[in-house]
Amino acid sequence: MKIIVAIKQVPDRDAQVRIDSQAKWIDEADLQFALNESDAYALEEALQLKEKHGGEVIVVSAGPERIGQTIREALAKGADRGINIACNDLGSLDALGVARLLAEAVKPENADLVLTGLQSEDLGLGQTGVILAELLGLPHASLILHVEKTDAGLKVKRELEEGWFQEIELPLPAVLTIQSGGNKLRYATLMGIKKAKTKEVCAVASADLGASPAPVVTLERVTLPQKQKSTQILPGSPQEAAKALVEKLKFEVRVL
Amino acid sequence: MSGILVVIEQRDSRIARISWEALAAAQKLAAQTSDPVTAVVLGADTAALAAEIAAQPVAKVIRVDHALLADYTPDAFTLALQQLVENESPTQVVLPHTYQVRDYAPALAARLGQVLISDVVQIADGPVFTRQLMQGRLNGEYKATGAGPCFVSVQAGAFRAESTEASAPAPIEVFAPTIDAAQIRTKPGKPFRGSSQTVDLGSAQLIVSVGRGIKEAENLPLVEALATALGGELAASRPICDNGWLPMERQVGSSGQTVAPKLYLAVGISGAIQHLVGMKGAHCIVAINKDPDAPIFEVADYGIVGDLFEVVPALTEAIKAAKQ
Repeated sequence: MKIIVAIKQVPDRDAQVRIDSQAKWIDEADLQFALNESDAYALEEALQLKEKHGGEVIVVSAGPERIGQTIREALAKGADRGINIACNDLGSLDALGVARLLAEAVKPENADLVLTGLQSEDLGLGQTGVILAELLGLPHASLILHVEKTDAGLKVKRELEEGWFQEIELPLPAVLTIQSGGNKLRYATLMGIKKAKTKEVCAVASADLGASPAPVVTLERVTLPQKQKSTQILPGSPQEAAKALVEKLKFEVRVL
Repeated sequence: MSGILVVIEQRDSRIARISWEALAAAQKLAAQTSDPVTAVVLGADTAALAAEIAAQPVAKVIRVDHALLADYTPDAFTLALQQLVENESPTQVVLPHTYQVRDYAPALAARLGQVLISDVVQIADGPVFTRQLMQGRLNGEYKATGAGPCFVSVQAGAFRAESTEASAPAPIEVFAPTIDAAQIRTKPGKPFRGSSQTVDLGSAQLIVSVGRGIKEAENLPLVEALATALGGELAASRPICDNGWLPMERQVGSSGQTVAPKLYLAVGISGAIQHLVGMKGAHCIVAINKDPDAPIFEVADYGIVGDLFEVVPALTEAIKAAKQ
Protein backbone atom coordinates (compact mmCIF):
# COMPACT_ATOMS: atom_id res chain seq x y z
CA MET A 1 0.00 0.00 0.00
CA LYS A 2 1.30 3.43 -0.92
CA ILE A 3 0.33 5.81 1.86
CA ILE A 4 0.68 9.59 1.99
CA VAL A 5 0.61 11.30 5.39
CA ALA A 6 0.06 15.07 5.43
CA ILE A 7 1.74 16.50 8.52
CA LYS A 8 1.91 19.96 10.04
CA GLN A 9 4.50 21.63 12.22
CA VAL A 10 2.87 23.63 15.01
CA PRO A 11 4.13 25.63 18.02
CA ASP A 12 5.13 23.34 20.85
CA ARG A 13 2.28 22.74 23.26
CA ASP A 14 4.14 24.20 26.23
CA ALA A 15 5.48 27.22 24.35
CA GLN A 16 4.50 30.64 25.65
CA VAL A 17 2.65 32.27 22.77
CA ARG A 18 2.51 36.03 22.29
CA ILE A 19 0.41 37.95 19.80
CA ASP A 20 2.60 39.64 17.16
CA SER A 21 2.86 43.43 16.82
CA GLN A 22 0.27 43.61 14.02
CA ALA A 23 -2.15 41.36 15.95
CA LYS A 24 -2.33 39.18 12.83
CA TRP A 25 -0.73 36.03 14.20
CA ILE A 26 1.64 34.98 16.96
CA ASP A 27 5.21 36.12 17.37
CA GLU A 28 7.23 33.17 16.04
CA ALA A 29 10.64 34.39 17.25
CA ASP A 30 12.17 32.06 19.88
CA LEU A 31 9.24 29.68 19.52
CA GLN A 32 9.75 25.90 19.65
CA PHE A 33 7.89 23.85 17.06
CA ALA A 34 6.78 20.22 17.03
CA LEU A 35 4.76 17.73 15.00
CA ASN A 36 1.02 18.26 15.42
CA GLU A 37 -0.30 15.57 17.76
CA SER A 38 -3.06 13.99 15.67
CA ASP A 39 -0.68 14.02 12.68
CA ALA A 40 1.68 11.90 14.79
CA TYR A 41 -1.17 9.40 15.19
CA ALA A 42 -1.80 9.53 11.41
CA LEU A 43 1.87 8.75 10.82
CA GLU A 44 1.74 5.90 13.33
CA GLU A 45 -1.31 4.40 11.60
CA ALA A 46 0.49 4.59 8.24
CA LEU A 47 3.62 2.93 9.61
CA GLN A 48 1.59 0.10 11.15
CA LEU A 49 -0.34 -0.46 7.90
CA LYS A 50 2.96 -0.64 6.02
CA GLU A 51 4.36 -3.14 8.52
CA LYS A 52 1.30 -5.37 8.01
CA HIS A 53 0.74 -5.02 4.29
CA GLY A 54 4.01 -3.69 2.86
CA GLY A 55 4.35 -0.62 0.69
CA GLU A 56 5.64 2.87 1.17
CA VAL A 57 4.93 5.79 3.52
CA ILE A 58 5.46 9.31 2.17
CA VAL A 59 5.10 12.38 4.38
CA VAL A 60 4.13 15.73 2.91
CA SER A 61 4.19 19.11 4.61
CA ALA A 62 3.92 22.76 3.61
CA GLY A 63 5.54 25.71 5.34
CA PRO A 64 8.74 27.71 5.80
CA GLU A 65 12.25 26.28 6.08
CA ARG A 66 11.81 25.09 9.67
CA ILE A 67 9.38 22.31 8.59
CA GLY A 68 12.38 20.36 7.24
CA GLN A 69 13.11 19.36 10.84
CA THR A 70 9.63 17.89 11.35
CA ILE A 71 9.82 16.00 8.05
CA ARG A 72 13.18 14.51 9.16
CA GLU A 73 11.59 13.43 12.45
CA ALA A 74 8.86 11.60 10.54
CA LEU A 75 11.50 9.92 8.39
CA ALA A 76 13.38 8.93 11.55
CA LYS A 77 10.23 7.24 12.85
CA GLY A 78 10.02 5.15 9.68
CA ALA A 79 8.50 7.10 6.80
CA ASP A 80 10.30 6.27 3.53
CA ARG A 81 10.51 9.68 1.90
CA GLY A 82 9.21 13.23 2.16
CA ILE A 83 7.75 16.01 0.07
CA ASN A 84 8.59 19.50 1.37
CA ILE A 85 6.38 22.23 -0.08
CA ALA A 86 8.27 25.48 0.50
CA CYS A 87 5.74 28.14 1.40
CA ASN A 88 6.64 31.22 3.40
CA ASP A 89 3.18 32.74 3.44
CA LEU A 90 1.11 29.78 4.55
CA GLY A 91 -0.77 32.13 6.89
CA SER A 92 -2.11 34.12 3.95
CA LEU A 93 -3.87 31.04 2.56
CA ASP A 94 -7.22 29.80 3.77
CA ALA A 95 -8.01 26.12 4.41
CA LEU A 96 -8.88 25.60 0.75
CA GLY A 97 -5.60 27.21 -0.35
CA VAL A 98 -3.51 24.96 1.91
CA ALA A 99 -5.42 21.81 0.91
CA ARG A 100 -4.97 22.75 -2.75
CA LEU A 101 -1.18 22.90 -2.31
CA LEU A 102 -1.18 19.48 -0.66
CA ALA A 103 -3.54 18.03 -3.30
CA GLU A 104 -1.37 19.26 -6.19
CA ALA A 105 1.79 17.89 -4.56
CA VAL A 106 0.39 14.41 -3.87
CA LYS A 107 -1.66 13.90 -7.06
CA PRO A 108 1.27 12.55 -9.13
CA GLU A 109 1.91 9.91 -6.46
CA ASN A 110 -1.42 8.12 -7.11
CA ALA A 111 -1.38 6.81 -3.55
CA ASP A 112 -3.78 4.15 -2.23
CA LEU A 113 -4.42 6.03 0.98
CA VAL A 114 -3.99 9.60 2.19
CA LEU A 115 -3.98 10.25 5.95
CA THR A 116 -4.07 13.51 7.88
CA GLY A 117 -4.48 14.31 11.54
CA LEU A 118 -7.94 15.33 12.66
CA GLN A 119 -7.04 18.95 13.31
CA SER A 120 -4.09 21.19 14.00
CA GLU A 121 -3.23 22.46 17.45
CA ASP A 122 -2.59 26.01 16.25
CA LEU A 123 -5.48 26.94 13.92
CA GLY A 124 -7.71 24.03 14.91
CA LEU A 125 -9.78 24.26 11.75
CA GLY A 126 -10.11 20.49 11.37
CA GLN A 127 -10.77 20.70 7.65
CA THR A 128 -7.62 19.93 5.65
CA GLY A 129 -8.23 16.20 5.27
CA VAL A 130 -11.87 16.52 4.26
CA ILE A 131 -11.13 19.27 1.70
CA LEU A 132 -8.18 17.23 0.41
CA ALA A 133 -10.56 14.32 -0.26
CA GLU A 134 -12.90 16.66 -2.13
CA LEU A 135 -10.06 18.08 -4.25
CA LEU A 136 -8.64 14.62 -5.01
CA GLY A 137 -12.11 13.27 -5.80
CA LEU A 138 -11.70 10.49 -3.23
CA PRO A 139 -14.07 9.08 -0.62
CA HIS A 140 -13.23 9.95 2.97
CA ALA A 141 -13.99 9.23 6.59
CA SER A 142 -13.03 11.45 9.52
CA LEU A 143 -12.25 11.02 13.23
CA ILE A 144 -10.81 7.55 12.64
CA LEU A 145 -9.34 5.45 15.47
CA HIS A 146 -8.69 2.09 13.75
CA VAL A 147 -8.00 1.10 10.16
CA GLU A 148 -8.31 -2.42 8.84
CA LYS A 149 -7.55 -3.44 5.28
CA THR A 150 -10.16 -5.69 3.68
CA ASP A 151 -10.46 -7.32 0.25
CA ALA A 152 -12.81 -4.56 -0.88
CA GLY A 153 -10.86 -1.65 0.61
CA LEU A 154 -10.97 -0.50 4.20
CA LYS A 155 -13.01 -0.99 7.32
CA VAL A 156 -12.47 1.89 9.75
CA LYS A 157 -13.69 2.76 13.24
CA ARG A 158 -15.03 6.29 13.46
CA GLU A 159 -15.51 8.15 16.72
CA LEU A 160 -18.91 9.73 17.28
CA GLU A 161 -19.89 11.99 20.15
CA GLU A 162 -20.34 10.97 23.78
CA GLY A 163 -18.67 7.57 23.72
CA TRP A 164 -20.32 6.20 20.56
CA PHE A 165 -18.51 4.68 17.60
CA GLN A 166 -19.34 3.48 14.11
CA GLU A 167 -17.70 1.22 11.56
CA ILE A 168 -17.45 2.47 8.00
CA GLU A 169 -16.45 0.55 4.90
CA LEU A 170 -14.95 2.41 2.01
CA PRO A 171 -13.05 1.56 -1.18
CA LEU A 172 -9.46 2.55 -1.95
CA PRO A 173 -8.05 4.98 -2.78
CA ALA A 174 -9.41 7.04 0.10
CA VAL A 175 -8.62 9.83 2.54
CA LEU A 176 -8.89 9.40 6.32
CA THR A 177 -8.48 11.95 9.09
CA ILE A 178 -7.04 10.28 12.17
CA GLN A 179 -8.16 10.97 15.74
CA SER A 180 -5.56 10.75 18.50
CA GLY A 181 -5.42 7.76 20.83
CA GLY A 182 -6.04 4.88 18.39
CA ASN A 183 -2.48 3.59 18.58
CA LYS A 184 0.53 3.92 20.81
CA LEU A 185 3.02 6.34 19.31
CA ARG A 186 6.55 5.14 18.62
CA TYR A 187 9.76 7.01 19.25
CA ALA A 188 12.48 7.36 16.66
CA THR A 189 15.34 4.92 17.25
CA LEU A 190 18.99 5.92 16.94
CA MET A 191 19.17 3.77 13.83
CA GLY A 192 16.07 5.50 12.49
CA ILE A 193 17.57 8.95 13.06
CA LYS A 194 20.74 7.85 11.26
CA LYS A 195 18.82 6.40 8.33
CA ALA A 196 16.61 9.49 8.02
CA LYS A 197 19.62 11.53 6.95
CA THR A 198 19.92 9.55 3.73
CA LYS A 199 16.21 9.38 2.89
CA GLU A 200 14.89 11.38 -0.05
CA VAL A 201 13.05 14.65 0.56
CA CYS A 202 11.66 16.19 -2.61
CA ALA A 203 11.58 19.99 -2.44
CA VAL A 204 8.68 21.65 -4.22
CA ALA A 205 8.13 25.40 -4.51
CA SER A 206 4.52 26.35 -3.83
CA ALA A 207 4.61 28.53 -6.98
CA ASP A 208 5.27 25.40 -9.07
CA LEU A 209 1.98 23.93 -7.89
CA GLY A 210 -0.05 26.57 -9.71
CA ALA A 211 -1.39 29.94 -8.67
CA SER A 212 -3.27 30.08 -5.39
CA PRO A 213 -6.77 31.48 -5.70
CA ALA A 214 -7.52 34.53 -3.55
CA PRO A 215 -8.55 33.47 -0.04
CA VAL A 216 -12.30 33.61 0.64
CA VAL A 217 -11.82 33.64 4.41
CA THR A 218 -9.26 35.79 6.22
CA LEU A 219 -8.00 35.97 9.78
CA GLU A 220 -8.27 39.68 10.48
CA ARG A 221 -7.09 39.96 14.05
CA VAL A 222 -5.79 37.87 16.93
CA THR A 223 -6.86 38.81 20.45
CA LEU A 224 -6.64 37.51 23.99
CA PRO A 225 -9.84 35.77 25.08
CA GLN A 226 -12.03 37.57 27.55
CA LYS A 227 -12.57 35.81 30.82
CA GLN A 228 -15.99 34.23 31.17
CA LYS A 229 -15.76 34.27 34.94
CA SER A 230 -13.73 36.32 37.36
CA THR A 231 -11.38 33.74 38.75
CA GLN A 232 -10.31 34.21 42.32
CA ILE A 233 -6.64 33.23 42.42
CA LEU A 234 -5.62 31.88 45.80
CA PRO A 235 -2.09 33.11 46.53
CA GLY A 236 0.65 31.97 48.84
CA SER A 237 2.69 28.81 49.33
CA PRO A 238 1.12 25.50 48.23
CA GLN A 239 0.07 24.90 51.84
CA GLU A 240 -1.45 28.36 52.23
CA ALA A 241 -3.28 28.16 48.91
CA ALA A 242 -4.55 24.66 49.73
CA LYS A 243 -5.81 25.85 53.10
CA ALA A 244 -7.54 28.86 51.54
CA LEU A 245 -9.20 26.61 48.94
CA VAL A 246 -10.48 24.23 51.61
CA GLU A 247 -12.08 27.23 53.37
CA LYS A 248 -13.84 28.18 50.12
CA LEU A 249 -14.98 24.62 49.46
CA LYS A 250 -16.32 24.37 52.99
CA PHE A 251 -18.06 27.70 53.48
CA GLU A 252 -18.85 29.03 50.00
CA VAL A 253 -19.16 26.06 47.67
CA ARG A 254 -20.35 23.91 50.61
CA VAL A 255 -19.07 20.61 49.33
CA LEU A 256 -16.97 19.60 52.33
CA MET B 1 -28.37 35.98 -3.18
CA SER B 2 -30.23 36.47 0.08
CA GLY B 3 -31.39 34.72 3.19
CA ILE B 4 -29.73 32.60 5.86
CA LEU B 5 -29.94 28.84 5.87
CA VAL B 6 -29.53 26.99 9.15
CA VAL B 7 -29.00 23.23 9.05
CA ILE B 8 -30.80 21.43 11.87
CA GLU B 9 -29.18 18.08 12.69
CA GLN B 10 -31.16 15.11 13.86
CA ARG B 11 -29.98 12.04 15.66
CA ASP B 12 -32.45 9.17 15.99
CA SER B 13 -35.26 11.55 15.00
CA ARG B 14 -34.39 13.94 17.81
CA ILE B 15 -33.00 17.43 17.55
CA ALA B 16 -30.01 18.09 19.79
CA ARG B 17 -29.65 21.37 21.65
CA ILE B 18 -26.67 22.44 19.54
CA SER B 19 -28.98 22.71 16.52
CA TRP B 20 -31.20 25.18 18.38
CA GLU B 21 -28.03 27.07 19.28
CA ALA B 22 -27.14 27.18 15.57
CA LEU B 23 -30.60 28.64 14.96
CA ALA B 24 -29.92 31.27 17.63
CA ALA B 25 -26.64 32.14 15.86
CA ALA B 26 -28.50 32.40 12.54
CA GLN B 27 -31.00 34.77 14.14
CA LYS B 28 -28.13 36.84 15.49
CA LEU B 29 -26.80 37.15 11.92
CA ALA B 30 -30.29 37.91 10.65
CA ALA B 31 -30.55 40.81 13.10
CA GLN B 32 -27.61 42.45 11.26
CA THR B 33 -29.03 42.11 7.78
CA SER B 34 -32.80 41.63 8.25
CA ASP B 35 -32.42 38.49 6.11
CA PRO B 36 -35.02 35.78 6.65
CA VAL B 37 -33.85 32.58 8.38
CA THR B 38 -34.76 29.30 6.71
CA ALA B 39 -34.27 26.06 8.66
CA VAL B 40 -33.21 22.93 6.79
CA VAL B 41 -33.57 19.35 7.95
CA LEU B 42 -32.29 16.29 6.08
CA GLY B 43 -33.44 12.68 6.27
CA ALA B 44 -35.57 9.95 4.74
CA ASP B 45 -38.81 11.34 6.18
CA THR B 46 -38.55 14.56 8.13
CA ALA B 47 -42.26 15.47 8.38
CA ALA B 48 -42.45 15.27 12.18
CA LEU B 49 -39.13 17.06 12.72
CA ALA B 50 -40.07 19.81 10.27
CA ALA B 51 -43.30 20.43 12.17
CA GLU B 52 -41.33 20.75 15.40
CA ILE B 53 -38.92 23.23 13.78
CA ALA B 54 -41.76 25.22 12.20
CA ALA B 55 -42.95 26.17 15.68
CA GLN B 56 -39.73 28.15 16.10
CA PRO B 57 -39.35 31.72 14.82
CA VAL B 58 -38.14 30.90 11.29
CA ALA B 59 -39.42 32.23 7.97
CA LYS B 60 -39.63 28.78 6.43
CA VAL B 61 -38.61 25.17 6.92
CA ILE B 62 -37.22 23.10 4.07
CA ARG B 63 -37.41 19.34 4.30
CA VAL B 64 -34.63 17.75 2.27
CA ASP B 65 -36.04 14.27 1.95
CA HIS B 66 -34.52 11.31 0.14
CA ALA B 67 -34.36 7.59 0.94
CA LEU B 68 -30.57 7.79 0.60
CA LEU B 69 -30.41 10.36 3.42
CA ALA B 70 -31.76 7.86 5.98
CA ASP B 71 -28.27 7.00 7.24
CA TYR B 72 -25.70 9.77 7.26
CA THR B 73 -22.98 9.57 4.61
CA PRO B 74 -20.74 12.51 3.66
CA ASP B 75 -21.38 11.91 -0.05
CA ALA B 76 -25.18 12.04 0.15
CA PHE B 77 -25.28 14.98 2.57
CA THR B 78 -22.79 16.99 0.54
CA LEU B 79 -24.71 16.34 -2.70
CA ALA B 80 -28.10 17.17 -1.20
CA LEU B 81 -26.92 20.38 0.46
CA GLN B 82 -24.94 21.45 -2.58
CA GLN B 83 -28.12 21.25 -4.65
CA LEU B 84 -30.15 23.05 -2.02
CA VAL B 85 -27.61 25.86 -1.60
CA GLU B 86 -27.39 26.32 -5.38
CA ASN B 87 -31.16 26.47 -5.50
CA GLU B 88 -31.64 28.89 -2.61
CA SER B 89 -28.41 30.92 -3.05
CA PRO B 90 -28.29 32.14 0.55
CA THR B 91 -25.77 34.69 1.82
CA GLN B 92 -24.93 32.52 4.81
CA VAL B 93 -25.22 28.88 5.82
CA VAL B 94 -25.05 28.20 9.57
CA LEU B 95 -24.42 24.70 10.91
CA PRO B 96 -23.94 23.18 14.37
CA HIS B 97 -20.28 22.18 14.91
CA THR B 98 -20.98 18.48 15.41
CA TYR B 99 -18.88 15.49 14.40
CA GLN B 100 -21.24 15.02 11.45
CA VAL B 101 -20.87 18.60 10.24
CA ARG B 102 -17.10 18.37 10.61
CA ASP B 103 -17.25 15.34 8.33
CA TYR B 104 -19.05 16.95 5.37
CA ALA B 105 -19.23 20.76 5.68
CA PRO B 106 -15.57 21.43 4.70
CA ALA B 107 -16.11 19.41 1.49
CA LEU B 108 -19.48 21.06 0.80
CA ALA B 109 -17.96 24.53 1.13
CA ALA B 110 -14.95 23.56 -1.00
CA ARG B 111 -17.21 22.17 -3.74
CA LEU B 112 -18.82 25.61 -3.96
CA GLY B 113 -15.42 27.35 -3.89
CA GLN B 114 -15.94 28.47 -0.29
CA VAL B 115 -14.29 27.82 3.09
CA LEU B 116 -16.16 26.89 6.24
CA ILE B 117 -15.46 29.17 9.21
CA SER B 118 -15.54 26.37 11.76
CA ASP B 119 -16.22 26.24 15.48
CA VAL B 120 -17.35 29.85 15.86
CA VAL B 121 -17.94 31.10 19.42
CA GLN B 122 -19.06 34.68 18.77
CA ILE B 123 -20.59 36.78 16.00
CA ALA B 124 -20.07 40.56 15.91
CA ASP B 125 -21.14 43.26 13.47
CA GLY B 126 -19.60 42.91 10.03
CA PRO B 127 -20.18 40.06 10.42
CA VAL B 128 -16.95 39.18 12.23
CA PHE B 129 -16.73 35.59 13.39
CA THR B 130 -14.60 34.75 16.42
CA ARG B 131 -13.12 31.27 16.80
CA GLN B 132 -10.47 29.98 19.15
CA LEU B 133 -6.81 29.50 18.22
CA MET B 134 -3.90 27.74 19.92
CA GLN B 135 -6.16 25.38 21.89
CA GLY B 136 -8.17 28.24 23.35
CA ARG B 137 -5.22 30.42 24.37
CA LEU B 138 -6.10 33.04 21.76
CA ASN B 139 -9.10 34.18 19.77
CA GLY B 140 -9.06 34.81 16.03
CA GLU B 141 -11.47 37.17 14.29
CA TYR B 142 -12.41 35.97 10.81
CA LYS B 143 -14.18 37.58 7.89
CA ALA B 144 -15.55 36.05 4.72
CA THR B 145 -14.07 37.91 1.76
CA GLY B 146 -15.33 35.77 -1.11
CA ALA B 147 -18.48 36.03 -3.20
CA GLY B 148 -20.20 33.62 -0.82
CA PRO B 149 -22.24 31.98 0.41
CA CYS B 150 -20.44 32.09 3.72
CA PHE B 151 -20.42 28.80 5.65
CA VAL B 152 -20.19 28.97 9.45
CA SER B 153 -20.35 26.24 12.09
CA VAL B 154 -21.00 27.16 15.72
CA GLN B 155 -19.53 25.61 18.84
CA ALA B 156 -21.71 23.83 21.39
CA GLY B 157 -22.77 26.16 24.19
CA ALA B 158 -21.59 29.36 22.50
CA PHE B 159 -25.04 30.70 21.59
CA ARG B 160 -28.09 30.59 23.81
CA ALA B 161 -30.95 28.61 22.36
CA GLU B 162 -34.11 30.68 22.90
CA SER B 163 -37.26 28.70 23.46
CA THR B 164 -39.43 31.39 21.98
CA GLU B 165 -42.48 30.15 20.17
CA ALA B 166 -43.54 31.83 16.97
CA SER B 167 -47.09 33.13 16.75
CA ALA B 168 -47.99 30.87 13.84
CA PRO B 169 -46.11 27.84 12.49
CA ALA B 170 -43.75 28.62 9.62
CA PRO B 171 -44.54 27.22 6.18
CA ILE B 172 -42.86 23.91 5.30
CA GLU B 173 -41.50 23.12 1.85
CA VAL B 174 -40.08 19.90 0.49
CA PHE B 175 -36.89 19.83 -1.56
CA ALA B 176 -36.13 16.58 -3.35
CA PRO B 177 -32.41 16.29 -4.14
CA THR B 178 -31.13 14.09 -6.94
CA ILE B 179 -28.91 11.42 -5.44
CA ASP B 180 -27.89 8.18 -7.10
CA ALA B 181 -26.88 5.23 -4.92
CA ALA B 182 -23.69 4.87 -6.98
CA GLN B 183 -22.59 8.34 -5.82
CA ILE B 184 -22.37 7.15 -2.22
CA ARG B 185 -18.91 5.67 -1.82
CA THR B 186 -18.84 4.88 1.90
CA LYS B 187 -20.94 2.31 3.73
CA PRO B 188 -21.80 3.34 7.31
CA GLY B 189 -22.41 0.80 10.07
CA LYS B 190 -24.83 1.20 12.98
CA PRO B 191 -23.47 3.34 15.81
CA PHE B 192 -22.43 1.36 18.87
CA ARG B 193 -21.31 2.16 22.42
CA GLY B 194 -17.68 1.72 23.36
CA SER B 195 -16.68 -0.41 26.33
CA SER B 196 -19.42 -0.95 28.90
CA GLN B 197 -19.84 2.15 31.01
CA THR B 198 -19.20 1.37 34.65
CA VAL B 199 -18.54 4.94 35.73
CA ASP B 200 -21.34 7.46 35.51
CA LEU B 201 -19.52 10.76 35.66
CA GLY B 202 -22.69 12.52 34.50
CA SER B 203 -24.31 12.11 37.90
CA ALA B 204 -21.15 12.61 40.01
CA GLN B 205 -21.32 15.59 42.38
CA LEU B 206 -17.59 15.93 42.99
CA ILE B 207 -15.04 15.34 40.26
CA VAL B 208 -11.26 15.54 40.36
CA SER B 209 -10.01 15.63 36.79
CA VAL B 210 -6.42 15.20 35.68
CA GLY B 211 -4.65 16.37 32.54
CA ARG B 212 -1.34 16.33 30.75
CA GLY B 213 0.34 18.26 33.58
CA ILE B 214 0.62 14.99 35.55
CA LYS B 215 3.43 14.05 33.12
CA GLU B 216 3.68 10.29 33.90
CA ALA B 217 1.24 7.47 34.62
CA GLU B 218 3.29 6.79 37.77
CA ASN B 219 2.17 10.15 39.17
CA LEU B 220 -1.56 9.36 39.00
CA PRO B 221 -1.79 8.11 42.63
CA LEU B 222 -1.27 11.73 43.63
CA VAL B 223 -4.63 12.79 42.17
CA GLU B 224 -6.29 9.50 43.11
CA ALA B 225 -5.46 10.32 46.72
CA LEU B 226 -7.03 13.76 46.29
CA ALA B 227 -10.20 12.27 44.78
CA THR B 228 -10.41 9.75 47.63
CA ALA B 229 -9.92 12.42 50.29
CA LEU B 230 -12.63 14.52 48.68
CA GLY B 231 -14.93 11.54 48.14
CA GLY B 232 -15.17 12.33 44.44
CA GLU B 233 -14.85 10.54 41.11
CA LEU B 234 -11.63 10.61 39.15
CA ALA B 235 -11.86 11.91 35.58
CA ALA B 236 -9.38 12.98 32.91
CA SER B 237 -8.82 15.00 29.78
CA ARG B 238 -8.33 13.25 26.47
CA PRO B 239 -4.50 12.88 26.38
CA ILE B 240 -4.55 10.87 29.62
CA CYS B 241 -7.01 8.37 28.12
CA ASP B 242 -5.23 8.40 24.73
CA ASN B 243 -2.10 7.26 26.54
CA GLY B 244 -4.09 4.49 28.19
CA TRP B 245 -3.32 5.80 31.69
CA LEU B 246 -7.03 5.88 32.57
CA PRO B 247 -9.92 4.13 30.78
CA MET B 248 -11.83 6.06 28.08
CA GLU B 249 -14.98 6.03 30.21
CA ARG B 250 -13.33 8.53 32.56
CA GLN B 251 -12.78 11.04 29.78
CA VAL B 252 -14.55 14.41 30.00
CA GLY B 253 -15.03 16.50 26.87
CA SER B 254 -16.64 16.54 23.45
CA SER B 255 -15.54 12.98 22.70
CA GLY B 256 -16.13 11.74 26.24
CA GLN B 257 -18.71 12.49 28.89
CA THR B 258 -20.44 15.78 29.64
CA VAL B 259 -20.54 16.51 33.34
CA ALA B 260 -22.21 19.07 35.59
CA PRO B 261 -21.02 18.38 39.14
CA LYS B 262 -21.15 20.72 42.13
CA LEU B 263 -17.36 20.81 42.08
CA TYR B 264 -14.98 20.19 39.19
CA LEU B 265 -11.37 20.29 40.29
CA ALA B 266 -9.11 20.42 37.23
CA VAL B 267 -5.52 19.39 37.92
CA GLY B 268 -2.90 20.07 35.25
CA ILE B 269 -5.55 20.61 32.56
CA SER B 270 -4.85 23.53 30.23
CA GLY B 271 -8.48 23.73 29.11
CA ALA B 272 -8.67 23.12 25.37
CA ILE B 273 -12.11 23.80 23.89
CA GLN B 274 -12.83 20.09 23.49
CA HIS B 275 -12.42 19.67 27.23
CA LEU B 276 -14.26 22.82 28.29
CA VAL B 277 -17.46 21.90 26.42
CA GLY B 278 -17.66 18.79 28.59
CA MET B 279 -17.40 20.50 31.97
CA LYS B 280 -18.23 24.20 31.83
CA GLY B 281 -21.69 23.43 33.21
CA ALA B 282 -20.12 22.60 36.59
CA HIS B 283 -21.44 24.68 39.48
CA CYS B 284 -17.94 25.47 40.76
CA ILE B 285 -14.71 25.02 38.82
CA VAL B 286 -11.33 24.97 40.53
CA ALA B 287 -8.13 24.91 38.47
CA ILE B 288 -4.63 24.01 39.58
CA ASN B 289 -2.11 24.83 36.86
CA LYS B 290 1.43 26.14 36.59
CA ASP B 291 0.59 28.37 33.61
CA PRO B 292 -1.34 31.50 34.69
CA ASP B 293 -2.40 32.02 31.05
CA ALA B 294 -3.90 28.54 30.67
CA PRO B 295 -7.44 28.85 29.22
CA ILE B 296 -8.86 26.78 32.10
CA PHE B 297 -8.57 29.95 34.21
CA GLU B 298 -11.04 31.64 31.87
CA VAL B 299 -13.82 29.44 33.22
CA ALA B 300 -12.53 28.73 36.75
CA ASP B 301 -14.11 30.20 39.89
CA TYR B 302 -11.01 29.54 41.98
CA GLY B 303 -7.47 29.03 40.82
CA ILE B 304 -4.14 28.05 42.26
CA VAL B 305 -1.20 28.91 40.05
CA GLY B 306 1.57 26.54 41.00
CA ASP B 307 3.28 23.20 40.68
CA LEU B 308 0.64 20.51 41.00
CA PHE B 309 3.20 18.16 42.52
CA GLU B 310 3.36 20.52 45.50
CA VAL B 311 -0.20 21.85 45.54
CA VAL B 312 -2.08 18.53 45.21
CA PRO B 313 -0.48 16.76 48.21
CA ALA B 314 -0.97 19.91 50.31
CA LEU B 315 -4.63 20.06 49.26
CA THR B 316 -5.17 16.37 50.00
CA GLU B 317 -3.80 16.89 53.51
CA ALA B 318 -5.86 20.06 54.05
CA ILE B 319 -9.07 18.27 52.98
CA LYS B 320 -8.32 15.32 55.26
CA ALA B 321 -7.73 17.73 58.15
CA ALA B 322 -10.96 19.62 57.42
CA LYS B 323 -12.99 16.41 57.37
CA GLN B 324 -11.76 15.20 60.74
